[in-house]
Amino acid sequence: MSLLGKLSWDAIPLDQPIVMGVSSVMVLVIAFILGWITLKGHWPYLWREWLTSVDHKRIGVMYVILALIMLLRGFADALMMRAQQAVAAGDAQGYLPPEHFDQVFSAHGTIMIFFVAMPFVIGLMNFVVPLQLGIRDMAFPTLNSIGLGLTASGILLTNISLVVGEFAKTGWVAYPPLSELQFSPGVGVDYYLWALQISGVGTLMTGVNFVTTILKTRAHGMSYMRMPVFCWTALASNLLIVAAFPVLTATFGMLLLDRYLDFHFFTIDGQGNAMMYVNLFWVWGHPEVYILILPAFGVFSEVVSTFSGKALFGYRSMVAATLAICVLSFIVWLHHFFTMGASANVNGFFGVMTMIIAVPTGVKVFNWLFTMYGGRIRFSEPILWSLGFMVTFVIGGMTGVLMAVPPADFQLHNSLFLVAHFHNVIIGGVLFGMMAGYKYWFPKAFGFKLDERWGVASFWCWLIGFYLAFMPLYALGLMGMTRRMQHYDVVSWQPWLVAAAAGAVVILAGIVCQIIQLVVSIRGRETLRVTADPWNGRTLEWATASPPPAWNFATLPVVTDIDAFWQQKKGAHIEHAQTAQSSGYEPIEMPKNSAIGLVIAFFAVVVGFAMIWHIWWMAALGALGIFLATLAFAFREKEEIEVSVEAIARFEEMQHAGVAA
Amino acid sequence: MRHTPLLLTVFLAAVPLSAHAQGILDPQGPVAAGERQILFNSLGIMLAIVIPTIVAILAVGFWYRASNSRARYLPDFNHSDRLEVLVWSIPLMTVLLVGGVAWLGAHELDPRKALPSSVKPVTVQVVSLDWKWLFIYPEEGIASVNHLTIPVGRPVSFELTSAGVMNSFFVPQLGGQIYTMSGMLTRLQLQADHAGIYRGMSAQFSGDGFADMHFDVDAVEAGNFAQWVETARSKGSSLDASTYAHLTKRSAGIAPVTYRAVTPGLFDGILAAEIQHEDICTRTSMRAER
Repeated sequence: MSLLGKLSWDAIPLDQPIVMGVSSVMVLVIAFILGWITLKGHWPYLWREWLTSVDHKRIGVMYVILALIMLLRGFADALMMRAQQAVAAGDAQGYLPPEHFDQVFSAHGTIMIFFVAMPFVIGLMNFVVPLQLGIRDMAFPTLNSIGLGLTASGILLTNISLVVGEFAKTGWVAYPPLSELQFSPGVGVDYYLWALQISGVGTLMTGVNFVTTILKTRAHGMSYMRMPVFCWTALASNLLIVAAFPVLTATFGMLLLDRYLDFHFFTIDGQGNAMMYVNLFWVWGHPEVYILILPAFGVFSEVVSTFSGKALFGYRSMVAATLAICVLSFIVWLHHFFTMGASANVNGFFGVMTMIIAVPTGVKVFNWLFTMYGGRIRFSEPILWSLGFMVTFVIGGMTGVLMAVPPADFQLHNSLFLVAHFHNVIIGGVLFGMMAGYKYWFPKAFGFKLDERWGVASFWCWLIGFYLAFMPLYALGLMGMTRRMQHYDVVSWQPWLVAAAAGAVVILAGIVCQIIQLVVSIRGRETLRVTADPWNGRTLEWATASPPPAWNFATLPVVTDIDAFWQQKKGAHIEHAQTAQSSGYEPIEMPKNSAIGLVIAFFAVVVGFAMIWHIWWMAALGALGIFLATLAFAFREKEEIEVSVEAIARFEEMQHAGVAA
Repeated sequence: MRHTPLLLTVFLAAVPLSAHAQGILDPQGPVAAGERQILFNSLGIMLAIVIPTIVAILAVGFWYRASNSRARYLPDFNHSDRLEVLVWSIPLMTVLLVGGVAWLGAHELDPRKALPSSVKPVTVQVVSLDWKWLFIYPEEGIASVNHLTIPVGRPVSFELTSAGVMNSFFVPQLGGQIYTMSGMLTRLQLQADHAGIYRGMSAQFSGDGFADMHFDVDAVEAGNFAQWVETARSKGSSLDASTYAHLTKRSAGIAPVTYRAVTPGLFDGILAAEIQHEDICTRTSMRAER
C-alpha cells in the first residue's frame, strides 16, 4: 500500500473533456474570487465578520449562500440530464456515456436534497427563528458555526469528486447491493457516504441547537401558543432531524463497515440483507421530506398572513396539523417500496397511513385560503411564490396520494410519474417556500428590498418552466417510461422529453432573472433602502432594525399575545415612550467569535478525503486535528464580549434618526 | 397558472392517443385493467376536491386583491369553530374514500394472489442478471433470455429473484412491477387477454447497462405456445452450470436466446444465493451429482 492509498494521477479524469472543462472553469472562478478578495484586502473583514462569526444571522446568510451556489451546480446536472434524454432516443446514445450519466443523476439528487434544500431551510431558520423568538442568539452559538462548517465540508468533498476520482453511480439513495464493494468498487460511493456522514453530523448538531433554543430560550411571555407558526414548523422540523438523522448515520455507518471492513450487513453473501438498508434509509428518508417541507409551510403561513393584512386563520389548527405531520411522518416509510412484495395487510396499512398525512396538509391549505379570505392582498413577490405554491402543491399532493394506493403504485413506482411527483412537491413546495422566504426576509437581513420586476419575472419563469418540464414526465410515466434511463428504445417518448428539456431552459431563464435581480438590487440598494418594518409585518423580527444589530434587540421584548409585533403596533404610543429613554439599556453579553467551526470543517475534509482514498495516516492526523482543536477551544479563557450601553444607545439613535429622515 | 387543471386533463387525455402508447393506460390483461381502474377511481375522488380547491385559491386570491374596493376587509376574521370542523372533515372524508380504495385494492390486487381461472397457470421463474433477464419454464424444462413467451388467456405465475443487484420486473400493459432481490423470492401473477407483443423492462436502476435491460413479452395463442415450447426444446444449448456461469458475466443488450433444457434446481440454487460467480461450476455440479 502506497503512502497515498488508492490516490494516483489516474484519479483525475483527463480523458473526459466535459468533466475537465467544467472543473477547470470551476477552479478558475474560485481562483478569481479568492484573488479578488486578496487584492481588495477583504480577508480581515471576511474573517472577522463572517468566517469566524457565531452570529445566527450571519450563519443563516452563509447557509443560504451555500444553498444558492449548490443550486447552480445541481441545476447544471439537471440540464445535462434533460439534454441527454432529449436526444438519446432509438439507436442514439446521446453525448453522455452511462458511467457519466449515472454520476450526473446521482449527484443531482444528492446535491439538491442535502446541499440545496437542507442548507436553504436551515439557513432561513437560523436567520429567522431567534429574531421571531425575541432573543439574542441560538442556545449554542458556536455549535451553530460548527454545523455550518461541517455542511460546507460535505459540499466541498462532493465537489472535489468532480475533479479527483468520481461520484457515486448508484442514484442518490445508493441502494445495496449495487452500492457494495462488489458492484461499485470505485471511490464514488465513498465520496457519497463520507460527504453525507460529515454533513449529517453537522445537521444533527443544528437540530439539537434549534430544539433547545425553541424549547428553552423564548422571549419573556412567549408561551408555546404565542409562538409564530414559523417557529412551530421549525421546532417540528428539528425534532424530526434529531430523531431521523441518527438513523441515516447508523445506516451509512453499516454500509461503510461493509465497504471498508468486510462486514455483511447488506451484501448478497454472508447473510446480508439489502432490504434492511432500504427500510432504514426511508425511515430517515420520509421524515426528511417533512424536515424540508414543514419550514416551507411556516414561511407560507407568515407570508400569506402578512400580505393579506390579517392574522393567520386557525392558528391552533395549524399547530395541531404541524405536530400531527411531525408524528405521522415516521410511520409511512414503506410506501417507498410497496413493490418489495410485502403482504397486502402491510401495504394496505402503509398506504392508508400515508393518506392520513394528507389530512393535516389539506387543513393547512384550507387555512391559508381562509387567511386570504377577507384580506387585502398586496401582490408582492413573496405572495406570488405562495400562490404558485398552493396551486402546484395541491396537484403534487394529489399525485402523491395516488401513489399511496398500492395497486396504483405497482404501476407508477420508479417511473417518471414518480419523478414528476416529487419534483412537484419539492420544487412547488420546498423551493417555492424557500424563495418566498428569501424574498420576504432579504430586506430584514440587508436593509434593502430586492428589485420587484426581476423577481416577478423569475417567478413566472420558474412556474411556467416547472409545468413545462414536469407535466410531460407525468405523461411519460403513464406511458411506462422508468427513471434513470441513459437512452431509450421507444422513440414516441422523445417529443415529451424535448418538451421537458424546453421547460428546464425556461427554469434556467428564471434562475438568470434571480441572479440579475440580486445584482440590480445590490447596485441600486440606496433607492431600495427600507426601515425596520417594510411589509407591515406581524412578528418580532420586524420590531428591530434592518439589518438587525448583532444583539438583535436593545431591550428584550415582552410578549403578551400571538403576533407580538402587531399587538405592539396597535398600542404604539406605549412602545415609543419606552424606547425614547435610552438610559434604560443595559450592557449585553454576546458570544465571542471563534474559528473553531472553520478549523473543524478543515480537518473534517481532511478526514473524509483520506478515508475515501484509504490514506490512513492522513485520516488519523485529521481526527487528531479535530480533537486538539476541540480541546483548545474548551480551554479558552474568554467566551463572551460585552456590548457597552453607549454602543447600544448610539445604534438606536442612528436608527431613530434614520426613520425620522 | 390558472389553466393548470385544464392542462393536466389535456395531458392525461393525450397519453392514450399517442400512437405507440404501450403504457399503463392501455391494459392488456385483468391485473393491469384492475390497477388502471383503481388509478382512475382514486384520481376521480381526489379531483372532486382538488379542482374546487384550486379554483377557490385563485378566486379568493383575485377577489381580495388590495386594489379591489368592492372586497370586504375582515382583519379580525381569524377563527371560526364551524369552519375548523369543515376544514378538517373535507380532507378526512376524501381520505376515508381513497383509503378504502387503497385497503381493498391492496388485497384485491395483491401480487401473490392467484388469478381466478379455469386453466392451470404457467410457472415462470425469473432471474435478473447484469443486465439481462433469464426466464426459466420449470414445467416445460426450457429457458429463455431477454424474451418472454406466454400463452394468452392463461394465468402466468412468476417466481422472481436476482443473481446480483436489485431490479424490478415490470410489464406495464399486463400489470404492476415487483422487485427482484438476491436471496429472496417474490411472486407475481399476470395474465394477457390478447395476443400481442408488450414491452417489459427493469424498473429499478441497476448499473451501467440498465437502459438496455428491457425485453419483449410475446403473448401467443395456446396452440402457438405449445408449438413454441416444442421448437425451443429442439434447438439451442442446454442451461447448465457452465452456460449459466457464462450468462452471469456482465453484458447488456444481448440478443434473445432459448435453451432446450435446464439443469434441475438451478433456480433454487440461485435463490439460495449459494451460487457465487467464482464457484458456481463446482457447486451446481455437486448438487447435480447428489
